[in-house]
Amino acid sequence: MEIETKNIKQPNLKDRFKTEEYMINMGPQHPATHGVLRLILTIDGEIIKKVEPDLGYIHRSIEKMCERDSYQQIVHLTDRMDYLSSHINNEAVSLAVEKALQLEIPDRVKVIRTIIAELTRIASHTLWWGVFGMDIGALTTYFYGFRDREMINDIFEETCGARLTMNYNKPGGLMFDIHPNFVNRVKDFVAHFKTKLPEYDRLLTGNIIFQKRTKGIGFLTKEDAISFGTTGPVSRGSGVASDIRKIHPYSAYERVDFKQPLYHEGDNLARYKVRIDEMWESLSIIEQLIDNIPEGDYQVPTKAVIKLPKGEYYQRVETARGELGVYINSEGNKNPYRVKFRSPGFSNLSVLNHISVGSKIGDLVAIMATLDLVIPDIDR
Amino acid sequence: MTNVQLQKTIIKWFDTETSGFEFTEENTEFLTLTVSKEKLHEIATKLKNAPETQFDYLFCETGMDWGDNLGVIYHLRSMELGHEMVLKVYTKDRDNVKIDTVCDIWRTSELHEREIHDLFGIEFNNHPNMKALILTDEWEGYPLRKDYVDPINMIVK
Repeated sequence: MEIETKNIKQPNLKDRFKTEEYMINMGPQHPATHGVLRLILTIDGEIIKKVEPDLGYIHRSIEKMCERDSYQQIVHLTDRMDYLSSHINNEAVSLAVEKALQLEIPDRVKVIRTIIAELTRIASHTLWWGVFGMDIGALTTYFYGFRDREMINDIFEETCGARLTMNYNKPGGLMFDIHPNFVNRVKDFVAHFKTKLPEYDRLLTGNIIFQKRTKGIGFLTKEDAISFGTTGPVSRGSGVASDIRKIHPYSAYERVDFKQPLYHEGDNLARYKVRIDEMWESLSIIEQLIDNIPEGDYQVPTKAVIKLPKGEYYQRVETARGELGVYINSEGNKNPYRVKFRSPGFSNLSVLNHISVGSKIGDLVAIMATLDLVIPDIDR
Repeated sequence: MTNVQLQKTIIKWFDTETSGFEFTEENTEFLTLTVSKEKLHEIATKLKNAPETQFDYLFCETGMDWGDNLGVIYHLRSMELGHEMVLKVYTKDRDNVKIDTVCDIWRTSELHEREIHDLFGIEFNNHPNMKALILTDEWEGYPLRKDYVDPINMIVK
């Protein structure tokens, strides 16, 4: 018996595969956000339509706490922001206070600060590199990155007793002088890392899967990079010469010779390459300074109660993530009237929606990894 | 351009008008221009687009409570020409604070203004998404205002 098919209604394929937008929460507890960041995603199938960050899960109101504290105490709050650049954050507040007091800082302090800041930058970038690989599915990089970072943390531990939140800076100089082993251990590290950094390229940069995940993804133009206020490797991957070490040199950056790596592709791979190149530049800066640490005092005496003259002070430094600005408004008292931290992570986050709309949801993880977000730095 | 040249350039734009803007001499390294909130958007647009200033990069946006006045401080830089200046705007009305947004000029301020809205209670006109960012929706009061009462000593002990 033959079935009469012409009367059976065929479902319209277009209706059957009709998609509609829906919302999904990424975080606040998600391994790829590396902290308590919540992203409210609007997606259509696999395609991202909108990314809306919801912050505040680690907001401690550091700016309000600063209004209560003395200037020496404020330094200790700052390494709870971007904990991977803790030394550089401490330096920012110390420099701001020194600028306001017009303190003349010994050369020894400037050089030691610069060496440790560059070690911090390498430690931060090695961690980022390891975690980036892990985020996109290459677990091995994690162990390579942490192996090298461990040596830097050991140097920090010997120098000031802390491995992460260092508190080595204070207004007027350093807490204590460097350890007698410091110079040799840093030299050992530089020699070691020079042989290991090419390994990073061999392991990840040339990998075809890695290239597919990064090339042409998360595209950011130069104009948008400036308009969105991105700084650090994110903007230098789009060709913006934004390095504060070049624009407003501080500490010992004037006396060293280094390049700021610039790439113009504006994609994930460009931001990745900037950070790899920055590690080479940091090594070069350390090499130029390590043999010539001037003799002298490691701090200049300040009053026990520091009172800044009435006025407004702004100090910028280049952390591993970009430009950290410290705005201090003083009324002449022992506490500041208002402190504002312009954190690099906060401004870099604002570009996330712009560069990830239209890409696949899996790419969002790779894009976020190249922005190198540290959540306490965003929430403050 | 040096601060003096910048000041001269900006004064030239407004040679027929005298109200709504003034240069303030304060202990700071930046040239500081204080504008009224009615003039803010117009002057900010001009600072960004004029070929002699080209302030295309807003590197810091700070909410501020001066006691009587509430306001916002904008730190500007021109990436092309390399000069920097500070723009300030304030309002005396503390209950119904409304200032024009600049996020159509510098897109970075979209998040900054939401943060200032949370912490200072400043509403930004024409902002595309004026929702709570850092604090919860139920939070009462504006923590960074000087008259904020902190009954359970949550922030300042």
